[in-house]
Amino acid sequence: MPGINDILILLPEVYLTIAACVLLLLDAYLKPSQKGAVHWLSILVVLVGAYLVVSGQQAGSSTAAFSGMFIRDGVSTVLKLFSLVLMAVIFVYARPYLKDRAIPFGEFYTLSIFAVVGIMFLVAAGSLVTVYLGLELLTLSSYALVALNRDSQLSSEAAIKYFVLGALSSGMLLYGMSMVYGATHSLDLHTIHAAIVGTEWKTLLLFGLVFMIVGIGFKLGAAPFHMWIPDVYQGAPTAVTIFIGSAQKLAAFGMAYRLLSTGMGDIAGGTAGLAPQWQLMLAVLAVLSLAIGNFVAIVQTNLKRLLAYSTISHMGYLLVGLVNAGPEGYSASMFYAVSYAITSAAAFGMIIVMSRAGFECEEIDDLKGLNQRSPWFAFMMLLVMFSLAGVPPLFGFYGKLLVLKAAIDAGMLWLALVGAVAAIIGLYYYLRVVKVMYFDAPTEGTEVRATSDVASRWMLSINALALLVLGFTWSPLLAWCQRAFAG
Amino acid sequence: MSNHLLSLLIWLPVLGAIPVLLAGSGRPGAARWIALLVSVATFAASLALLPAYDAATGTLQLTESMSWIPSLGINYSLAVDGISVALIILTSFTQILVIVGAWEVVQNKPHQYMAAMLVLEGLMVGVFCATDAMLFYVFFEAMLIPMFVIIGIWGGPRRVYATLKFFIYTFFGSIFMLIGLLYLWHKTGGSFALSDMANVHLTLTEQSWLFFAFLLGFAIKVPMVPVHTWLPDAHVEAPTGGSVVLAAVMLKIGGYGFLRFSLPITPDASHEFAWLIIVLSLIAVCYIGYVALVQQDMKKLVAYSSIAHMGFVTLGIFIAFLLVRDSQNPDAARLGMQGAMVQMISHGFISGAMFSCIGVLYDRLHSRQIKDYGGVINVMPVFAPFYVLFAMANSGLPGTSGFVGEFMVILASFSANPWIALFAAFTLIIGAAYTLWMVKRVLWGDITNPHVKELTDVNGREIFMLSAFAAGVLIFGIWPEPLVHLMDASVSRIVEQLAITKV
Repeated sequence: MPGINDILILLPEVYLTIAACVLLLLDAYLKPSQKGAVHWLSILVVLVGAYLVVSGQQAGSSTAAFSGMFIRDGVSTVLKLFSLVLMAVIFVYARPYLKDRAIPFGEFYTLSIFAVVGIMFLVAAGSLVTVYLGLELLTLSSYALVALNRDSQLSSEAAIKYFVLGALSSGMLLYGMSMVYGATHSLDLHTIHAAIVGTEWKTLLLFGLVFMIVGIGFKLGAAPFHMWIPDVYQGAPTAVTIFIGSAQKLAAFGMAYRLLSTGMGDIAGGTAGLAPQWQLMLAVLAVLSLAIGNFVAIVQTNLKRLLAYSTISHMGYLLVGLVNAGPEGYSASMFYAVSYAITSAAAFGMIIVMSRAGFECEEIDDLKGLNQRSPWFAFMMLLVMFSLAGVPPLFGFYGKLLVLKAAIDAGMLWLALVGAVAAIIGLYYYLRVVKVMYFDAPTEGTEVRATSDVASRWMLSINALALLVLGFTWSPLLAWCQRAFAG
Repeated sequence: MSNHLLSLLIWLPVLGAIPVLLAGSGRPGAARWIALLVSVATFAASLALLPAYDAATGTLQLTESMSWIPSLGINYSLAVDGISVALIILTSFTQILVIVGAWEVVQNKPHQYMAAMLVLEGLMVGVFCATDAMLFYVFFEAMLIPMFVIIGIWGGPRRVYATLKFFIYTFFGSIFMLIGLLYLWHKTGGSFALSDMANVHLTLTEQSWLFFAFLLGFAIKVPMVPVHTWLPDAHVEAPTGGSVVLAAVMLKIGGYGFLRFSLPITPDASHEFAWLIIVLSLIAVCYIGYVALVQQDMKKLVAYSSIAHMGFVTLGIFIAFLLVRDSQNPDAARLGMQGAMVQMISHGFISGAMFSCIGVLYDRLHSRQIKDYGGVINVMPVFAPFYVLFAMANSGLPGTSGFVGEFMVILASFSANPWIALFAAFTLIIGAAYTLWMVKRVLWGDITNPHVKELTDVNGREIFMLSAFAAGVLIFGIWPEPLVHLMDASVSRIVEQLAITKV
């Protein structure tokens, strides 16, 4: 029987769900002139949620609620905390964007909070059911968010594409889960793990694993399941793209970790389980993602599409860390996911800050000569681009360093070399963005200027400078990630 | 205070860039003065290294160590030996002249230019101080960002092509070095300290892979044939200050890297492949010398001559291996290594001076083509002697610093193999040919171009800049003893290490 303790463990999720409902009601009763209040309230709501996540967690402890359906441990705490904080950051960016384009406030904030609750379920899942529940809550909210700008044809098209492919991948995942259930007679991830060794249904289990990896690959946006990424990134309102491009990556990492490591077994667990099999599959996905993401990004002229393809390559790096299948690799991947999420929030934040009503700063050429007009924001974008490219001393470099190290530790020097070559190709297109801002003369007519919204300007500065500061002070974050997987 | 001297040298210019940026948006004058002040203060602080550093022992000194990323064994650890001290002083010295050289010349956003230069300075000093491989790598890579911006914003017409080529080329080399470092981390059991890496046992196969990983990184930086092609482009398109820093300091980082990484960590592979480096160095010396001969563009000519001169650095370093291990002649090995080090410092002065001279001419006529000049001495009588002096030094005239290093290297290589010495000595002929021919076409003769008639002679600021370079060239040419003494003990230690095999 679930008791009060179970509810207490889920307190942040319960609180956020109720708060989102209250916000929805509030929005319905507020006069149009007062809708701004929803914005500030939402930021408050997620920040309080973040506080609840941290305050409820004793260091190093791992507790389960509802008979193991939910796990509260270091991993879920870190991922939840960063998702919530990123959500607050995204809300700050989103306000001028939504206001300029008359996108309804209430729906955006409520759906976003529901999506974040989905992330929280997903990363805390102890059972296949919870994984699926969290995933659906996250993706259904996301489909609606992508379609939020309903007058835009591009948005609607993106939403349909996202929905169809998303449903397909959910189906695949569910299919794989049913096979795993068939082979192990359990939905609980730990029980599945224990049952793997003795099961006679090895082939069925392997098929299940393959289908689950398809689902994970889709969620991460790893090649060859990446088709939706460029269109959705480009078509969605930028305020939503930023969410899909940053906070969702944490969820995808959490889901991969729960399903593969907790469920299917890893190197660290003593019995290797199916680790050798999924390691190989992930390695293939990693190489494909690194190659496809980077090569196709080179020819992009649209900034959002460029970032979309670069996401694919970054997910390749994340997989390089996961391939390690040990605590070193997981912590490297989690560090990578967090660093990528922060960097990519700044990258899309830049697009928002540079856009205004009737002008989307979407083409790379729109940034031409930015250094002439707003040298400060050009510098911020330079930091973001070099961080994405992985040039030290910026934050993005250290994530790459850790995943490459994880690959070498796992004895996969070749994979590290593939990652290194991919980094060189990646450098080329990131440098092109910097080149356009700094070295090209501004084109007449399209005068890119930073938005007049003070909060988002500050947010961008803080976000981008954080990449520089964290480049020197990343030790605590790494220690935190390592502690999450220790023991 | 002296405990944090090295940190001060790194962070003073980096943080000094902030007020320069802040002051500069409206008042370029203030930015210039702050930048000058910061660079002079850094130079003064770098001179404080001389009394603080004990040249007699040659050990790594002025150690600073702080845990940076404890869980990975990465430390913020700095220390210098004689070689680093010499290079750091060269860096901070050059920097002042770069700031002075850009004074009125850089009109487009001077505050950003000066700030980028200062950041670059701090990072380069960091490279020369770092004794932790990851810290070294961070400085080594971060250096590219300000240089990328400097070439890309203030450079010539094809600057974008040149700066992208520069960045991607050098990044390409170093990322494989990073993989090598991670592999070594794995071998040492979790340490990035260079001393631990030098002590770890490695088989010859492992050493060979690591050697080539390092080689990629450093050979591109030096640059060695055949990965030198980025350098002429970068030099031609870079603004004068960028060229000066690139030639005077940045190229040295490649040679320095060989000393700090390749030699101690992969001694047996270095010995195994020393012939390869020597052949490549000789190709650089002879063939690139010929390439310089046919250049029409002054900057390109000096850029190619830089590649040829840097060939002496790699030659001197790797000839030492042959001498220590094959000929059992440590004295000659020391001579070669010392020659390489003197060559690094001296080339810093000479190439910096040459590029500054070309910058002076370019500021007036906006051309670097040799054919656009002729008879310059008639209108610029003060400038001409400087130009001739640096050209002489560049061709290795005895009495200038250019002679000392090359001579030592040639002498050392004679003990190893007279043929190597013979080929290396070609540089004295080719070098004289291309530089003197350029001097002839630019300075001497009648004025053929009406624009040359309108040239004005150097002003006080430029005279100061060129005199400072000239002082360096002459002092170390006539009396290299202090420089040799500063590095002697450190070089001896490195040569002793060469003999220790790991397999």
